[in-house]
Formats: sequence, structure tokens, C-alpha cells
Amino acid sequence: MIGAVTWMKSGAGEAGLVLGSMDAPFVALRGPWLFMVGFTGVLITMLGWWRDVIRESLNGENTKLVVRLGLRYGMVLFIASEVMFFAGWFWAFFGAALFPGAGDPIILTDGTQMLNANGDPAYLMNDGRFHATGNTWPPKGVEPLSPWGLPLLNTLILLLSGTTVTWAHHAVQHGDEAGLKQGLWLTIILGVIFTFFQYAEYHEALSLEMFKFSGGGIYGAAFFMATGFHGLHVIIGTIFLAVCLMRAYAGQFTPERHFGFECAAWYWHFVDVVWLFLFAFIYVLGNQGLLS
Amino acid sequence: MADAHTQTAARDAHGHGDHGHDHVPPFFVRWFFSTNHKDIGTLYLIFAILAGIIGGAMSGLMRLELAEPGVTFLTQFTGGNVDAASNFYNVLITYHGLIMIFFMVMPAMIGGFGNWFVPIMIGAPDMAFPRMNNISFWLYGASGILILLSIFAPGYGSQIGFGGGWVLYPPLSSTTGSPGPAMDLLILSLHLAGASSILGAINFITTIFNMRAPGMTLHKMPLFAWAVLVTAFLLVLSLPVLAAAITMLLTDRNFGTSFFDAAGGGDPILYQHLFWFFGHPEVYILILPGFGIISHIVSTFSKKPIFGYLGMAYAMVAIGFVGFIVWAHHMYTVGLSVNMKAYFVAATMVIAVPTGIKIFSWIATMWGGSIDFKTPMLWAVGFIFLFTVGGVTGVVLANAGIDHYMHDTYYVVAHFHYVLSLGAVFAIFAGWYYWFGKMFGYQYREVLGVLHFWIMFVGVNLIFFPQHFLGLQGMPRRYIDYPEGFAFYNQISTYGYYIMAFGMLTFAIAMFDAFFVYRKKAAANPWGEGATTLEWTLPSPPPFHQFNELPRFDGKEAAAH
Repeated sequence: MIGAVTWMKSGAGEAGLVLGSMDAPFVALRGPWLFMVGFTGVLITMLGWWRDVIRESLNGENTKLVVRLGLRYGMVLFIASEVMFFAGWFWAFFGAALFPGAGDPIILTDGTQMLNANGDPAYLMNDGRFHATGNTWPPKGVEPLSPWGLPLLNTLILLLSGTTVTWAHHAVQHGDEAGLKQGLWLTIILGVIFTFFQYAEYHEALSLEMFKFSGGGIYGAAFFMATGFHGLHVIIGTIFLAVCLMRAYAGQFTPERHFGFECAAWYWHFVDVVWLFLFAFIYVLGNQGLLS
Repeated sequence: MADAHTQTAARDAHGHGDHGHDHVPPFFVRWFFSTNHKDIGTLYLIFAILAGIIGGAMSGLMRLELAEPGVTFLTQFTGGNVDAASNFYNVLITYHGLIMIFFMVMPAMIGGFGNWFVPIMIGAPDMAFPRMNNISFWLYGASGILILLSIFAPGYGSQIGFGGGWVLYPPLSSTTGSPGPAMDLLILSLHLAGASSILGAINFITTIFNMRAPGMTLHKMPLFAWAVLVTAFLLVLSLPVLAAAITMLLTDRNFGTSFFDAAGGGDPILYQHLFWFFGHPEVYILILPGFGIISHIVSTFSKKPIFGYLGMAYAMVAIGFVGFIVWAHHMYTVGLSVNMKAYFVAATMVIAVPTGIKIFSWIATMWGGSIDFKTPMLWAVGFIFLFTVGGVTGVVLANAGIDHYMHDTYYVVAHFHYVLSLGAVFAIFAGWYYWFGKMFGYQYREVLGVLHFWIMFVGVNLIFFPQHFLGLQGMPRRYIDYPEGFAFYNQISTYGYYIMAFGMLTFAIAMFDAFFVYRKKAAANPWGEGATTLEWTLPSPPPFHQFNELPRFDGKEAAAH
């Protein structure tokens, strides 16, 4: 039974992870050096931990059916929690885009509308918000990016990468190692291209001052944080797939046993779906002014 | 009920296991690198006790300040400066709430009892991901250090800590209200606590779905395991939303975004929605494991299987589900439209139905039973009574119209202390006394346990019952001072605190006595025929690794208790 505990050895690494994560807050307080130390500690721990997991898998220590099933549950639940994390960012976006200026005008007893300190009409709720966004989405003064340039291209790239990762999956299931490697190479390349295009788009958006991240109001905040967290997940997913590619070259995947690869594929599909929502709502409907 | 040979199998494994199963590792490796669910459970319990002492001491400072009108007590700590004393008071209410919720109740119930007993109850040798279990605990430790640092970091002006309440609403929590790093540390502390809880919850769900002993179907699973399962789902689905919300707060504060700043087109109410979308499931996260504990105790000491087992299990599922769609009843006064309020009133009222199923099923379990009022049962009956009081005041507050009057008064304070500090905490003590012998191998002295219960029962009721009256009279919460008219009930409340503190002293004595004086070895099953779950088939304390040979539940004797 898996009660046979051989899991003790990475304990020291975990202590490192904890100390490293504690360091993170000091990025704001003490400058980047301490943060870099902590972050390096976190990376070393994660590398060590996953190296152990892979070794145990190869040694046959943790390969009982119940363990493999457990890892599947774990990954699905992790992705579920990630979905809820993005739900938070979409909530912020929809809250702003669907209701850019909430509230009713305040009517005084003489029948006129109350004015605020600037002499503009005042509203019951979110007066400041009404005047900041101009009651429209995208907010007044914001010239959003067209969805039909790089964003559409990126959508097609991610959709294509979804097919290539499925190709790799089928290849590994049929013992086709060459196909697995080709599929993974293509997926990783597409992922890198996506990240590069996203970088180019950010570069354009920030250089033209169409809208800003810092001090750019709610549009920039919602846009950059939602697409930024997605971009971070693309990078993580690409690294995950790259690790799988290395493991494929090391011959660690068999038609029956390739759960590490499946995790990466699930994660990649999740990242793909998040992008579709971002594209549909933030770029297409939001930027075209169809939400408010 | 498990086969009798289970425990012999567990004991026999010692000595000829292929990996040296029952070899207990040396002290440092055992307690710092632990991957053993029972050791990690013990660590969580120690953590919760430490946090409880800190959080309880904070409430003592608050109560002493409120003993009489005027700012009279906390000024002793601030050299007579009333402004600093007021800030200190605000810091106390904030950290009291955060510490009690995140660092006392959650670690005790889920981390402590959940880790200890979920694997045993379902007949598993350990958690599904023991190494991840360890990181969950130590992330909690790091989180605890960060929140303590935050108390002493600069907040607003020359004052330290964050004093805006545990809900961390902007603009009090944005740079306007708290420019110093105290709030940043607090956000990062909650990030780590959240990551820890998500990992722990994934661990519990996987363990319960994947590692039940052969024949133990979900519908035969003990109710505590059900409770932790539902709780874990709430954690996985609600905590990431809090993570997003406080990340927005972090970027608003440090990177110039304006999620919650109306001047930039943002919306401070957005924070409240996101927070309470997490926060309402959170209150069920705090109480559901308690429901599970109480079910076991009521059944054990009534010597009857729990009444309506399946209804009890699915009532918890229903509470968990409905808990996700009622969040805005915490926000009636922010200017929600009438339609929104009508919906949230109705949805909130619905929760009374599954909760009622649970209360009545506990009573029906006791009905006609041969009840033995041992210490755990006293706490359990106390829980049922006090939780019901808190529950009905909750139904009162669910009405948006009444809540407009009650919002942020002491009536709300009384309500949530009845469900939490008299509900969840009573459940924790009930579980503590119920499983104390099982966990530590010693039985406490019964008379001390009973004394602890009665002193606490009187004390906490004296603290919180008068606060209903204060709330009805309109006394607002989160103020250091109050007019003369509220003095009487505040005085009674403070007397209640003295009694409660004396009760905690009794607890400390009872524990000291149990470990160092009385030292009575606990039997494998001290509770007799009523205790039917698997932990009572193991010796007290259980071996370092249990169930090397899995118990089987193929026969009908696998009591759905």
C-alpha cells in the first residue's frame, strides 16, 4: 500500500519553499535582492520536488493505480481552482464593462439634478466612476486595440496549438515517439509565438499611450491584469510542455504511462479556453462597445 | 464497523514491514519534515492553540476597553494618546477576526481534526499527497509570521498595523486609508494562507474520493468525512476568488491600477462582491466540519446511529451549494437594487431548510437514546443550542429591511459570535475532548472537562447574549467608545469575559493534569458501543502508520454512521 512512506526526503526542500515564499513580500519593502533570493529558493524547491516525483515514477514507487488516479484528481482540482481565480478577474472586467456608470441621478426637491463638486451632475452610486468612464465601455478617451489583428492571430495560434498537443497525445498513446516529439515541438513553438505576439501587442499598447497599466484607469487595469495573468499561464504551460519534451527525448513516456504529459495537455487546454473567453469578451464585445 | 483484525494487522505490521513502516523518525525529521497525517494534524492543533491564545488575548483587551464608557484602558499602552489608542483598538478588532478565522478555527477543524481523522475514518493509511500536506502546514506557518509582522508594520501615518476590519474593504485598505506596508504584509499573509488551504483542500478531496477502504461507498462514509469533503470543495472554489480580490488590492496599492478606485472608473463595491463571494462560503467552511464532529458525538453518546444519515450528508451538500449564491446579504446597505435584495433575502432564507434538517436530525438522534452526558456530549448539546440561537438571529438578519437597521451593530456581532465562537469553537472543544484520548493516548479527568464546559457556557453566553440588546438599541460595532446608555450591557459582557477566561484557565489546568498528573492511559474505545467509526478500532494513540492491511466494508455491518 502507499502507506510505504518514502516521501520524507524532500522535507528540506519544502522548508526552502516556505522561506522563499515568505521572502516574496519584501519585494515591495526592501527592494528586489531579497526577493530574488527567495524566488530562487522557491524555484530550486519546485525543481527538486518535481525531480523527485519523476524519479519516484520511474522507480515504480508511486505508480500504483490508486496513486495515478489520485494525481488525476489533484490536477483537475488544481485547474478548477485556477478557473475560479480567473472568475475573479472576469468579474472585475464585467462589473466595469457592463455597468460603466452605475446609479441613478440625484433629484433635488426643486426637481433639478444635484451637481457634484465639479459642477457635473451627481449620481447616487459611484459618482466618481460615472464621471471617470463617461458611462461608456470602453471608457471615454480609451482607444482600444482592434481584435482583428494580433488578437485574432493569437486566437488561431492557440487553437492550432490545441490541435498539435492533441496530436502529440495520440502519438504517445500509439507509441509513436517521433510524432510525440513533433507535436510537442510545434505546441511549444506556437506557445512561444503567442507570448511574443502578446509582448508585441503590450509594447504597442503601452507605447501609443492608448491606455496604460499604471494610472490608466479601470480599462487598463482590467485589460492588463486579465490578459497578463493569462500570459503568465501561457508561459508556465509552455515550460510544462518543454519539460515533457525533454522527458519524451529521455524516453520516459510509454503508451500506458504518460500522466505528466496529460497534465501538461490539460493545463494547456485550460489556458486555451481562458483565452477564448478573453478574446470574445474583452477584445471583441468589450472593445467594440457591445457590452454596455 | 471495521473487522476486529484491523488493529491487530496494524500492530503486527511493526517490525516486518518492507519499508520499516512503524519506524518513527527522529524528532526534527518527524516534526519539521513530517508527511504523516497524524503528526501534521497535531502540528495544526498546536498552531491553532497558539493562534487562539493570541486572538483570545486580543478580544480580552477589547473587552476591557469596552468595560466602561470613555477611552480608559488602551491608553495605558499608548502613553495616554487617545488617537493611538483608537487605532490600537481598530487593529485589535481586525486581527482578532483574521487570526480567529484563518489561524484558529480553520487549522483546528480542517488541518487538525480533518488531517487526524479523515484518513482513519475512511480506512486509508494516510492522505493522498503526504508531501503536499507538509507544505500546506508550513505555508500556514509562514502566513502566520507575516500576519504577526503586519501588526507591527507602519499603517496609517505614525500608527502601526491595519485597522479597517477583517474584511479589508477599500478605501480603508487602499493607499488612502492605509498607506504603510502593514496592509501589504496582510495581503501576502492571506495569499499564503489561501494557497495553503487550497492545497489542503485538494488533498482532502482526492483522499476522500480515491482512498476509501474497499466497500466504503460515499453513502457509507462517516459524516465527518462528508463534512470535510464539502468544506474542501468550498475552499477550492471560493479561495481563488479572494486571491484575485486581494491581488487587485495589491496592484491598486502598489502598481497604480484602479479596480477599487472610483476616480479611475473602478468600484469599491466590486471588492465587497468578490470578498463576500469568498466570505460567505468561508463561514460555512468554518462551521461544516463542526457539524460533522457534532454528528459523531451525538450518535456516540446517544448510542444510536445518526438519524437520517443521508439527509444529514446531503443537507451539508445543500448548505455548501446555496452558500455560494447568497453572498450579497452581507452588503444590503451598499445600495443594492430592491430586486437584488429580494433575491438575496429569499436565497438566504433557503439555507435555514438544510440547517433545520441538521438540527432536527441531531435532536431525533438523541430522542429515545440512552444518553450519556460525558464531556464531549455536553459540548455537543451546548453547540446545538447555541448554534440554533445564532441561526435564528441569522434568519432575522437575512431580511434586508431589518438588516438596514441592524447592519454593523452589535446584533450582528452577537449573531456571528453565536455561530462561530459559541458554535464552531464549541464544536472544536467537543471534538478535542471526544478524540483527546485517541490522539494523545491519555484520558483527561472527566470532572475538569465538565467544569470547563459549564464555566465556558456561562461565560460566553454572558459575553454575547447582552450584545443582542446593545445591537437592538443601535450600538455600532468597531468603535472604541460608546455613550453612557450602553454601559450596563457592556459591563455584563465584560464580566462574561472574565468568566470565560477563567474557563480557559480550567482548560489549561485540565490539559496539564491530563498530560502530567492524571496520565490515565486511554482505552482504544473509551466510549463504548456508540462509537462505531474506524478510529475506535485502533489503539490510542494509533500506530505511526495505520491500516497497512486495509479494513474491508463488504458486509452490511459497515454502519453508515
